Amino acid sequence: DLPALPVPGDTSVLAGLYGPAEAKLSKELPDRAALEVLLRPKVGLPGVLERSREQLLRQTCEAVVLGVLHPRTAITLVLQVLSDAGSLLSCCLNAACMGLLDAGLPLSSLFCGVTCALDPDGTIILDPTTRQEQEARAVLSFAIDSSERKVLMATTKGSCSMEEMQQCLAAAQRAADTIFQFYRDSMRRKYSKS
Amino acid sequence: AGGGAYWVDSQQKRYVPVKGDHVIGIVTAKAGDMFKLDVGGSEPASLSYLAFEGATKRNRPNVQVGDLIYGQFLVANKDMEPEMVCIDSSGKSSGMGIIGQDGFLFKVSLGLIRKLLAPKCEIIQELSQLYPFELVLGMNGRIWVKAKTVQQTLIIVNILEASEYMTAEQRKQALAKLSGN
Repeated sequence: DLPALPVPGDTSVLAGLYGPAEAKLSKELPDRAALEVLLRPKVGLPGVLERSREQLLRQTCEAVVLGVLHPRTAITLVLQVLSDAGSLLSCCLNAACMGLLDAGLPLSSLFCGVTCALDPDGTIILDPTTRQEQEARAVLSFAIDSSERKVLMATTKGSCSMEEMQQCLAAAQRAADTIFQFYRDSMRRKYSKS
Repeated sequence: AGGGAYWVDSQQKRYVPVKGDHVIGIVTAKAGDMFKLDVGGSEPASLSYLAFEGATKRNRPNVQVGDLIYGQFLVANKDMEPEMVCIDSSGKSSGMGIIGQDGFLFKVSLGLIRKLLAPKCEIIQELSQLYPFELVLGMNGRIWVKAKTVQQTLIIVNILEASEYMTAEQRKQALAKLSGN
């Protein structure tokens, strides 16, 4: 039950994971853990955008967390946005995965988030800044799993062709390798002290 | 050719009840013939008043809300409420039961508990040369310590908590400074 903190560029999100803990009777599921994600923006109250992101994050986490090992429990993931300079959703995904790793929850695989922005002239920009996101024709976010680099979640804002989406996905899968290596290095550093 | 089984244990913060584990529980409620104990898992464990050495319906154990109990899990799986007992299979208590007054209860990570429970643990041997003390280790990450004075108790607590991150060298230095005092 402790926070984890990754930082791509100047976007940073603090993740706190609680559980498996006792679930409220109204929320408990008889055969698996009930996963809840709460996303708190840097300023203001959570709004509709946060709610939709929470659902995306929840569905991604549910795909990897082995919830059947902890029936009738609740797992709560709280994400606090500390600063946002672009690619916020993939930063949240990375923070969520590190939080799950840190807490030692049983997972079927790891995942990472990569955001791609499509320039008006078709260039693919990975991990775009806020400015690049605003000027792009389309912004695509992918959650990639660690075992076979498959897509766990994909969300698009704007319009792009199927080929462009495939190209972005391929770029994201390549970028995922760097992020998974970062997870390994962080874990190695964490445990090498003891 | 090859084959074999690997047992992989990983560092976790949250305790998940396992049958046979010895843990320290805190009594949170008395419900008729059962006590409810907080063991740090996702739900409270139950403990029958008859699960103590020498307990009968006439001779009930003197357990109050807030007491510390050292017991083992009789039933612990993902589908059922965990059940604890303070006797072993032959009916003897073998060190289990209500933990006495005073002393200090604190929480550490599960990995440190496993390290301390290893046979001939250096940390415990070195500490026992410092001051005499009583120690109860719960697999749920809880440790109860009692030494002669409050100060000695707190020193032992701090060394145990810090030994999660200290190397053997740093620990020996800290203990040498303390026994020099």
